[in-house]
This record gives sequence, C-alpha cells and structure tokens, in this order.
Amino acid sequence: MLEQLQIKNLTKRFGTVIANDRVTFDVRRGEIHCLFGENGAGKSTLAECIYGTYRSESGTICFNGELVEFNSPRDAIQLGIGMIHQHFVLVPPLTVLENIIVGTEDAKVLLNTQKAENKFKELCARYELKLNGHAAIWDLSVGEQQWVEILKALYLDVKFLILDEPTAVLTPEESDKLFRILNVMKRQGISIVLITHKLKEVMQSDRVTVMRKGKIINTVDTKSTTREQLTHMMISSELAVQGLKKKINSESTVVQIKKLDVRGPRGGYAVKDLNLTLNSHEIVGIAGVAGNGQKELFETLVGIQSPESGEVWLDTEDITHWSPAEILAAGVGHIPQDRYREGLIGQLSIVDNLLLGMHRSPRFAQRGFLDQERVRAFVQEQVDQFEIVAPSIDTVVGNLSGGNAQKVVLARELFQASVVLLANQPTRGLDISIADYVHRQLLEKRKEGYAILLASEELDELIKLSDRIVVMFKGQIAGEFVADNPDLEQIGLLMAGGNL
Amino acid sequence: MSEFFTETIVISILAAMVRIGAPLILAAIGELIAERAGVINLGVEGMMLMGCFLGFFVTFETGSILAGIGAAMVGAMLMSLIMAFMAITLRLEQFVTGLALNLLASGLTLFWFRSLLKTIGSTQPNIDLLEKAPIPFLSDIPYLGIIVFSHNWLVYLAILSVPICSFFLYKTKYGLELRCLGENPRAIDMKGLSVAKRQYLAVLFGGMMAGLAGAFISVGSSIRFVPEMTAGRGWLAIVIVIAGNWQPKWILVAALVFAFLEAFQMHVQAVGINFPYQILLALPYVVAVIALMHRRARSRAPASLGVAYSRGS
Ligand SMILES: Nc1ncnc2c1ncn2[C@@H]1O[C@H](COP(=O)(O)OP(=O)(O)O)[C@@H](O)[C@H]1O
Ligand SMILES: [Mg+2]
Repeated sequence: MLEQLQIKNLTKRFGTVIANDRVTFDVRRGEIHCLFGENGAGKSTLAECIYGTYRSESGTICFNGELVEFNSPRDAIQLGIGMIHQHFVLVPPLTVLENIIVGTEDAKVLLNTQKAENKFKELCARYELKLNGHAAIWDLSVGEQQWVEILKALYLDVKFLILDEPTAVLTPEESDKLFRILNVMKRQGISIVLITHKLKEVMQSDRVTVMRKGKIINTVDTKSTTREQLTHMMISSELAVQGLKKKINSESTVVQIKKLDVRGPRGGYAVKDLNLTLNSHEIVGIAGVAGNGQKELFETLVGIQSPESGEVWLDTEDITHWSPAEILAAGVGHIPQDRYREGLIGQLSIVDNLLLGMHRSPRFAQRGFLDQERVRAFVQEQVDQFEIVAPSIDTVVGNLSGGNAQKVVLARELFQASVVLLANQPTRGLDISIADYVHRQLLEKRKEGYAILLASEELDELIKLSDRIVVMFKGQIAGEFVADNPDLEQIGLLMAGGNL
Repeated sequence: MSEFFTETIVISILAAMVRIGAPLILAAIGELIAERAGVINLGVEGMMLMGCFLGFFVTFETGSILAGIGAAMVGAMLMSLIMAFMAITLRLEQFVTGLALNLLASGLTLFWFRSLLKTIGSTQPNIDLLEKAPIPFLSDIPYLGIIVFSHNWLVYLAILSVPICSFFLYKTKYGLELRCLGENPRAIDMKGLSVAKRQYLAVLFGGMMAGLAGAFISVGSSIRFVPEMTAGRGWLAIVIVIAGNWQPKWILVAALVFAFLEAFQMHVQAVGINFPYQILLALPYVVAVIALMHRRARSRAPASLGVAYSRGS
C-alpha cells in the first residue's frame, strides 16, 4: 500500500464559492508532498477537509486504504493525522507545555507535567529545537511559536502531518531549519503535506500538486519539473508589469515631512528627525525590515498618531495635527500593514467595510440615513471592478482569502484617495498574481498623478515600482537611491544597520 | 468616633464581612468558571434571585432547608441552561440574553411571591434560618474563631470553593481546557475536543453557584422573602470577577473588600454615628467603579470572552 491518503472527487462549497471542485489527490507514505497554488486556490480548505474541520459535500477520503468519514478533528487525530494551521492556534497567556498537553491522553484528571516535560525535552532534543517549556507563548517570537505548533503535532505521535503555509511567519534561516525538521520526520516515516506558494520550497519536495481556482491542475514528481512549468500551472494569465513603468516628469511637491519625531510604543523614538518629500507622479519606496518605524511614520501621516515634533505639509497646508478624518477628506489613502487588524473589520460584511469612512458622505447618507440601494450598487460596482471573489457582497470579510480581503482595502482606499496613497507592505502574504494586481493599481495611480509612499520588505518589489528608494533604519532615513539600477549591496548594508 | 472602634465592634464587623462575603464569593466563583469558558453570563443577578425565591419557597413548603437549597440550585441551573442554549447553540448576543434572563427572574419571582406567598395568610410566611454550625475547636480560637469559624456551613463552603476552584483551574486537565477555552476556543476544537460541551458545563456550574448564593441570601440570612431581595449582589459578583482579574485568590480578596464596606456601613448605621449613611451605602458601588477603571488598563480578561465560537462551516 503505497498511498497513505487517497481523496477522490471531493467538493466543498462556501455559499456559492466552490473552494474545492472535485478534487482528487493522494499522498504516499513517507513523502513530502507540496500543495502549491495561489491565495484562494482552495489549499487550506482541502487541508481542513482532511483534518475534519470542514465536511465535504461529496467525494471520498481513504486513509491507510480504508474509507473514512471525518466529522471533527478528533476523528483525524485518532488516525494519527496532525495539522499546523495557516494561523496559529495557540493560547498566548499559557505556557508552551500547557499548549502542548491540553487535550492529550497524557493528562489524566490531574496534570502530570513531569512526564509531559520529559517527552517535550526528548522531542526538542531529537529535532534540535531550543524552547523553554515554561515560557508563556506571548513571550515567544513568531518563529518559536511555529516550533510550538510543530511540537504540538509531534507530541501526539502523528503519522501524517499537514503544514499550511508554515514558512509565512519564518525568517529564511528558520525556514531552512523547518526543512531539516521535515526531513527528519520523513526519515521516521511520517508523510508530510506542505502547503505553500513559494517556489523555493516546492523544489525541496518529492512531489507537487498544483491547485488553481479550486481544481487540481496536476500532480508531478518534483525532479522532473521546472520552476517555469510550475509557475505556468499555477497562474492562468501571464504577468507583464514591466512595460507600465515609464518615467513621467512632473515634480510638483505634494507632501513634505520636516524633522519628524514620533514616539514608539515603548518610550524611545520610533521615527527620529525624518525629512522626506513626495512628488506627484512618483512612487517613493521605503526599504527596510518591518519594525524600523514604518508603521509609526505611516500612522503619523494619516493622523492616527501625533508626532512629538516636526511638521507634515500637504501642498500648502500644515496637516501635522489634523485628525484622521480631515486627512482622509483631503485625499490621503492608507493601506495599513496589518490588513485584518487595521484595514478591515473582520466581522463586518464587504459592504460595510467598503463604505468605511465614506458612510457620512452625502453621496451615501442623507440626514443620517444610509441610502442602502446606492450603497449596494456602489459596492457591487467596486467588487466587480476589483474582481473580489466572494459568495456575496454581504459575506463577512473575515472569511475572505487574504488576497480578496486586501482587494477590499485597496478598493476603498483607492476610491477615497485623490492625491496621496500610503501603502505599507501592501502585498505581504499575497501570491504572485494578486501582488501583481496590486502593483498595477499602484502604477496606474502613479500615472494619474498620485504621490505614493510604498514600504516593503521585498527589494524586488521596490525596484520594480519605485522612482526613488529610501532606506529606513531605526526610525531614520539611512540613505536614498534612484531606483534605476540601485546598488543592492549598499541598500542591503544600510537595511542591516551598516554604514557606507 | 473612637468608641466605635472597640474590640467587639471590630470583630463583629469582620464576622459580618465573612457572612456577607459568602454569597458574593459563591456567585463570583460560578461566574469565573463561565467566563473562563468564554461565556459572559450577565444573568447572575436573575439566577440568584430565582435561587433566593425557590430556596425560601421550597423550605417553607417542605420544612427542609436542604430541599430548599437543592431547589434553588436546580432552578438557577435551568435558567443557565437557557443562557447556554442561547449563547452557545444559537450564538445569540450574550449581553442581551443575560439581561433578558434578569428581567424574567425579576418578573417571575414577583409574580410567584404575590400568588403563592401573599395568599397564604395575612401575615407573611416565615421560615427557620439555616442554623449556625460553629466548627469544634477552631471556633475557640481567639478572634478568628468568631470571625471565620462560627457561621453556617454555606459560609464554609463559599470559603472552600476558592482553593478548590484554584486547584481545579491550575492543576487538573479540565481546568487547563477551561483556561484555553476562554482564550482561544479554536485551540480546543482543533485538538478534537468539544467546545460546546465544555461551555455548557461551565455555564451550568455558574448557574448552580448563583442558585446557591441566592439560597444563602434567603434561607441563610433571613426568615422572610422580599421581592428583589438580591439587591444587585449578582451584579456585584460580576464586578468582583473583573476586579479579581479572573483569578480565584484575587476574587476572594475583592469579594471580601466589598463585603467589608457593606459590613462597616451596617455597623455605622447600627451604632448610630452621625454620618450621612447614604454615602456609606453607595461606597461598595463607588469602589466597584474605581476597581473597574483601574482594571481596564491591565486586564487579564479571557481573550474570547463573550464571543460565540464557530468553526467556519
Ligand atoms: N470559511 C469560509 N467561508 C467562506 N468562504 C471561504 C471560507 N474559507 C475559504 N473560503 C473561500 O474559499 C476559497 C478558497 O480559500 P482557501 O482554501 O483559504 O484558499 P488558499 O488556502 O489556497 O489560499 C476562497 O475563495 C475563499 O474566499
Ligand atoms: Mg490558505
């Protein structure tokens, strides 16, 4: 029996969205099998069906050659199936050990922490992980939290492990370490399904299954395929952003930031003595590792934080102490770094989220009442224009895939902004084609004359889009470059805190 | 003023504090368990009132205080079953459900009071109080004997409920599951454990404790039943859980602080000190508001408190 898992014709719908469309998929014992596809392709849904979180409408699942029906994760766990979910499923105030042992057989009525700790230490040693079992989760780095998730699964002696985009939160070194761990698991006979949309990771697997729009496109041996072939299978349309970015000359200053100081959350300065101008028809890229003051800078520009000193000018007006509503009304749009926390209200529908900030404008509200018909027509128009995939415009945005959620933010901010667009990591966590879509939108706005500030951790993205690139380190501008053939080594050095 | 602080009066105040604190502790521990499971039960006041009435009525009818207390617990649990069904199964807004239950209890007990108790005779019916049960030896300890060990058994149960609850939460597997539940129910669900079952049990336990607390207020400290007898103590229990930062030991402290203020106020009135007693009456509630303001800043409220869990579809 070579196949440990065999899925035939599995279909799963959410409302009218078909997340999995007659999926047929198999995993062999002891292999690393990549599930590769864009955001919204249906990878997570398939994984959750295997783990018993969701019930499929039709289709069969065979595990170890036997037909099974999973009604809850309990059924999957009992067969030795483990899963690392796309988003952490941890209890932050509790300790690492508590998170690991909760719900396991080892805990009788009284908690036997000693026995659990021994097993935990043994696992840590075997997989070369350094973790303090008594540390609270919220004191750990995201990378360490991911190790906890993996230990949770290993602690249950899984035979079959699904990892849903586990490297999204890991640094490159940590990702390498993850692959070492996966290979150790593989040698012990554990079958692994690795969900990803990064080609580099796919190439380290044994087999790849490519998904697109809910369907399986193909399953191939990794050795006998190429990156190009895989990319081609994953995305339907060819990408061509290059031609769009033509040099446009119009150097009228739109935003001027003068000697800006902003306090960070823990005392200290998050932004220190920062000077920057944004011109119309221009994208200024901010290179730098997140957490070097980008968030505070953006929030100050849109009025969410107030600076300790310094000035912000929009055309001829000093907007330093304006409220967010006033700045928004002046035509400044903001795509925040954390789309779910700052850009959207997860429990509200697409309609409500798209309307945020415009709900008072006379176009949609008369005498305090919303004109539902007009609102819905407007939202439908935006949803069509931005190709937001959702069962209906009343779907809550928390249920949308990352790409579609970001499109909601984009639609709203692009509609409201008329002069300036501030985009902080607008493509973080998005797959190639949605990221490409965001890029096109930004370039389009540049052409229309917007002044755009774009922060990103990906240099490629900045080079592709920006007219100028400034490097931000510890709240200060460490250097400025023109974006045509900039010296990458110098930028890298400045990003890491070095001097030229 | 100085004659007020005599040894006898101070001891009497402290003993009253323990007695007054008992129902607060019982109700607050019950609420703590429900909230740790992620369900905020604002119906405590109503459940206590229900327990209060049933405790009195069944004791009056059967002559057995134990039967009365049992009925109080069952009655309040039935109410909490409604709460659980609304909040967990139907996933309705928990605040609204809790408030509705309070109105229900308030109306029902008043109705029963008029129809069942008033008609019995021209004089209001009364019952024998739950007897004091001083603990042998311990009650002979100077000061502490009177303050702590000379009450009825419900008081001892209330005090014991704190370490028991603490042990349950931090040393047993069910306690660990409960602590996870209020913070991130998905963590429980994804380990293959039933979220709903655990939340139901926690809410039912909370109801039972509220019933017990209500029974204490009638059969434990009064020979008569008066409408709205709980007088906001259920609400105070909710405040105590917050002020106690969702931890048993601090809940005990918070309950005793409120009880102390109340006991102090009663003695000031009884001794007849010339001081506007209305201010003293308001004191526990003023302190409650201050405690809440203070807590806002560094609260350890369960992260998913009040949010109905759903897996997706
Ligand atoms: N709980 C849900 N409710 C409604 N729609 C959902 C839900 N989960 C996923 N979807 C939709 O199903 C599709 C597939 O999503 P998903 O499986 O998360 O994709 P992937 O993991 O490949 O990014 C998307 O269009 C998404 O919006
Ligand atoms: Mg996914």
